[in-house]
Amino acid sequence: MQAAPTPWLFLLPGLAACVVFSLYPFLNTVALAFTDARTISPGGFTGLDNFARMADDPRFWLALRNGTLYVIGVVPPLVLLPLLLALLVRDKGPGIGFFRTAFYTPVIASAVVVGLIWTWLLDSRGLVNGTLQALGVLSRPIPFLTDEWLLLASAMAVTIWKGLGYYMIIYLATLGRVPQELHEAAQVDGAGAVRRFLVVTLPAMRTTMTLIAALSAVSAFRVFTEIFILSGDTAGPGGRDITLVMLIREVSSGLDGHVGYGAALSLVLFGLTLGLLLSVLRLQAGRKGPR
Amino acid sequence: MSTTATRRAATSPAGSAPPPRRRVARRRLGRRTRVALRYGLLVLIMAISIGPFLWQLSTALKGIGEDIYASPPRFLPDDPTLGNFVRVGEVLPVWGYVWNSVRVALATVVLNVVGASLAGYALARLRFRGRKAALAVFVLALLVPGEAIMVALFLMMRSVSLNDSLVAVVLPGMVGALNVLLMYNAFLAQAAQIDEAAMIDGANAWQRFTLVALPSVKGTIAVVAIFAFMGAWDDFLWPLIVLSDPANYTLTIGLNYLKGTFVGDQRLIAAGTVIAVAPLILLFLTLQRYFFRGVNEGAIKG
Repeated sequence: MQAAPTPWLFLLPGLAACVVFSLYPFLNTVALAFTDARTISPGGFTGLDNFARMADDPRFWLALRNGTLYVIGVVPPLVLLPLLLALLVRDKGPGIGFFRTAFYTPVIASAVVVGLIWTWLLDSRGLVNGTLQALGVLSRPIPFLTDEWLLLASAMAVTIWKGLGYYMIIYLATLGRVPQELHEAAQVDGAGAVRRFLVVTLPAMRTTMTLIAALSAVSAFRVFTEIFILSGDTAGPGGRDITLVMLIREVSSGLDGHVGYGAALSLVLFGLTLGLLLSVLRLQAGRKGPR
Repeated sequence: MSTTATRRAATSPAGSAPPPRRRVARRRLGRRTRVALRYGLLVLIMAISIGPFLWQLSTALKGIGEDIYASPPRFLPDDPTLGNFVRVGEVLPVWGYVWNSVRVALATVVLNVVGASLAGYALARLRFRGRKAALAVFVLALLVPGEAIMVALFLMMRSVSLNDSLVAVVLPGMVGALNVLLMYNAFLAQAAQIDEAAMIDGANAWQRFTLVALPSVKGTIAVVAIFAFMGAWDDFLWPLIVLSDPANYTLTIGLNYLKGTFVGDQRLIAAGTVIAVAPLILLFLTLQRYFFRGVNEGAIKG
């Protein structure tokens, strides 16, 4: 048994940080969400007014729509493609370490840098349009960054491109744990590579796939930087590509920001991410249940 | 050999065994093609993942006289120059932003490595009342997304007059809950006997932590350090909210500002992004061996 204070001394910095900069601000957010607080005044209790205001706020519904589309557009590729990447770089071979590092590079770069790089690539005079036009495929440039839907799709593509390497690493770590005997047995049975993937690898990856679905879905609802940079802080034409985080920042900033309303929106964001997380995890539990 | 038969009998569902000989023959024939296919795919994906960075680097190296909108686009600069890196420093205090980012990132790394290893060790290796409750605090903190508390954090920083300072940029990320749990996992994996032996030798908790436990979790420490550095160096939203004086800008905020000011000159933006990403790539290349090892260290238990 430990002398009483020692463990708590070890825990002090970490616990203090999490309580002061995470849990306490969260409780504050909850409290603020039911007030009409402004940046300059604490405001008073207004009950559910902020949530009623949300229902009438067209930008809130736009943000919700964009977040939902983001989840739908980003999660399936981020669950499947990194698994294929991981399979490609799993077996050691000449240069594999180099390829792993190369695939991980987009993860390292900041979302701002990545956004700026892709702004340049997708610009009407950028590499993508320039190449396609030089090849004669296009007569006019594709407005990747100025069309409501194309901007959203471009941001999704950037998110996927940046996320592949990260989830690849998670898969790699799990792939190492698939019992090699199962593979050998299937091979002896004459199962080809595709069949071995479906019968041996995929079932063993199920938990990891669920985890990645949950992680990528949650981060899809929190998207900010990609759209912010690609659109040049305008949230797309007419602000129609706004996301929840962009909206929170917008309503709460400035000398007289509506921080109460911002906090209420934050609470919705929290509810959405937690709800998504729990439902994906429950899906997994349900799948396991009958066995 | 005899085990193969039992294994096969144990794992093969009835009726799913095709004629093995033909399959084997086909596999042998296809071997070279398969390797070629695999490397072809690897190179293609590599081009997709690092091509955009190279295009950015190429733009940053193109001189003022060169048409960066040439059609068809030209990859290699005609007359490569470092002039854009000098010019971007003239129009914006980029090197000051770099210095701010370096300080923020180093402070974040030190605080996270120290705080997370200490807490992770206590949770995994020390027995005391309240351990489960402490663990629960970290898990709960993990569930709160930073974006959902940024308004409250901003008000908090303002109430203690810290907003618009680099300290305010560092504080919220000083000990990430995820890092604590990563270290917890790593310490949990250590053999209890070594700890017990050290205890019998009279080592106290601090000695066991620094002399016995820490040296064997270097991989996970590298992962925590890299994640902390990347997180701080790459962060955009929180500094954007909390910083307003350009003298305090970190590099990401400065880059966004650069874009707004000089939309006309793509070369300068490109130079700025190269300055922002190059140190990280170098850092990662230096530590990548530990990183990939550390990822596995943590995963075995995860």
